[in-house]
Amino acid sequence: MTALNRLTLAEARDGLRRKDFTSAEITADCLEAMEGAKALNAVTCPTPEKAMEMAKAADVRLAAGDAPDMCGLPLGIKDLFCTEGVQSQAASNILAGFLPPYESTTTAQLWRDGAVMLGKLNMDEFAMGSSNETSAYGPAISPWRRPGSNAPLTPGGSSGGSAAAVSADLCLAATGTDTGGSIRQPAAFTGIVGVKPTYGRVSRRGIVAFASSLDQAGPMTKTVRDAAIMLRAMAGHDPLDSTSADLPVPDFEAAIGADIRGKVIGLPREYRVEGMPAEIEPLWSKGRAMLEDAGAEVREISLPHTKYALPAYYIIAPAEASSNLARYDGVRYGARAKIRPGEGITALYERTRAEGFGAEVKARLLTGAYVLSAGYYDAYYLRAQKVRALIKRDFEEAFAAGVDAILTPATPSAAFALGEVGADDPVAMYLNDVFTVTVNLAGLPGVSVPAGTDAQGLPLGLQLIGRPWEEADMLSIARAIEERAAFSAKPERWW
Amino acid sequence: MSVDQETARRAAHLARIRVEEAELPALAARLSAILDFAAQLSEVDVEGVEPMTSVTPMALKMRDDVVTDGGIREKILANAPDARQGFFAVPKVVE
Repeated sequence: MTALNRLTLAEARDGLRRKDFTSAEITADCLEAMEGAKALNAVTCPTPEKAMEMAKAADVRLAAGDAPDMCGLPLGIKDLFCTEGVQSQAASNILAGFLPPYESTTTAQLWRDGAVMLGKLNMDEFAMGSSNETSAYGPAISPWRRPGSNAPLTPGGSSGGSAAAVSADLCLAATGTDTGGSIRQPAAFTGIVGVKPTYGRVSRRGIVAFASSLDQAGPMTKTVRDAAIMLRAMAGHDPLDSTSADLPVPDFEAAIGADIRGKVIGLPREYRVEGMPAEIEPLWSKGRAMLEDAGAEVREISLPHTKYALPAYYIIAPAEASSNLARYDGVRYGARAKIRPGEGITALYERTRAEGFGAEVKARLLTGAYVLSAGYYDAYYLRAQKVRALIKRDFEEAFAAGVDAILTPATPSAAFALGEVGADDPVAMYLNDVFTVTVNLAGLPGVSVPAGTDAQGLPLGLQLIGRPWEEADMLSIARAIEERAAFSAKPERWW
Repeated sequence: MSVDQETARRAAHLARIRVEEAELPALAARLSAILDFAAQLSEVDVEGVEPMTSVTPMALKMRDDVVTDGGIREKILANAPDARQGFFAVPKVVE
């Protein structure tokens, strides 16, 4: 039998019901794969005992019949999710030793359905980064390599550990979170599927907050069908998150394979960025051809404020972060710095935060404090929020004109090597999010689907942007791309 | 360079992050890079545009005004770096 860690969620779900194998067997194979993949640095805290316990309980439930889809399926969980009694540090030293006394709503829903937790996964510190290089644990490494080179590549960020773990078959699927592209960019870099749901679809309760008006959790999976299965378990109204939407959760999987003839797909002309590698434009055209082949009507559209999305994001996200991260003060949880004789509470805060936060987080918190301070609030923050309203309006007008979904490249390039981007120019790293960040600003759903490779054989993804709450429709179109792209490349094992 | 070292020092104090003198030039340069990038926003005509305050148009839900939580002091203190006699302990705040 092939190693069970290589299964998709759908294959494992169906196999469990045929009694081809047990959850304990799948879980054991995943734990073995994780144990043998230390070189990827994807896992920050394995929970093998808990995993086997949960798997055995799932097997009992499966034997009794009528178990939910996710029952018995082993998952990796991004370190940003609070998991009760299990180390949850948001990959930051300031949360060293933090053991949450409660469970995030989203993970609680996954466990309610019988899913199995394999452990916590690496990420950029507080989800601030696009390459996993800001993690206090050191970067997760992509299982992919350039041909003939040992140079470690980034799995992307911030959900880089999740992307590396799914792509290397350490788990069947993983949770991620996406504030500016942190699910979709790593998914594209590693040849997997990543969904950022509509803002409010998935509860944020118990997920360490970065920028509350932009953060959404979502599934990172091997197929579009798997994303549909897992999203259903993660989604739903939560009275403990006041921005969570009180809307019914559809059976997203039912949309997979739906006929997309007559769907109108928009191609925004503003997503043609100067200096993109030669492979991106043909990939985009290929996506267009695939959707036309499926019977969709493709038309060029305009989203005129696109170029202002990144600058607006890099004002709004740090502003929200500076407010959210004020809670890390060395008093209630996490690390506390030693103060000198004669120093008081302010020194305690300032030393704790200086020691606990990494360089990227500090830079963003300073930016946030600055743009919210008296005299600068109107010029930066308020203006950025007005531009954000215009970006959202661009999308609303496109949808009102009959567009069902928007097709764009997921990233402006394939994965880069660690240390290759951003060392001397922070803005260069931010450009990774150029195609994804508009979606967060407008609160829309987006999905990254593997669609091809670059000249070096590294994965490239296409992004579909859906109408608000129309994830099912978006996923049916994503499936049409997945089916036609038939992306089947896997990284060759070197780890 | 739009941000000088004094401004960087002030922002660090607002953010309650201690920075050493030697770190200031790099921090000021970093802040400048971001703010120069954001300067593009001044090109946009935002006359009459309401700033976005909620992502999806929805009214905040009201809930019944009842006690739903509490009595979990030990859980709340469990992660404190210094907890004594049922309280968070901090350095002396009042002289």
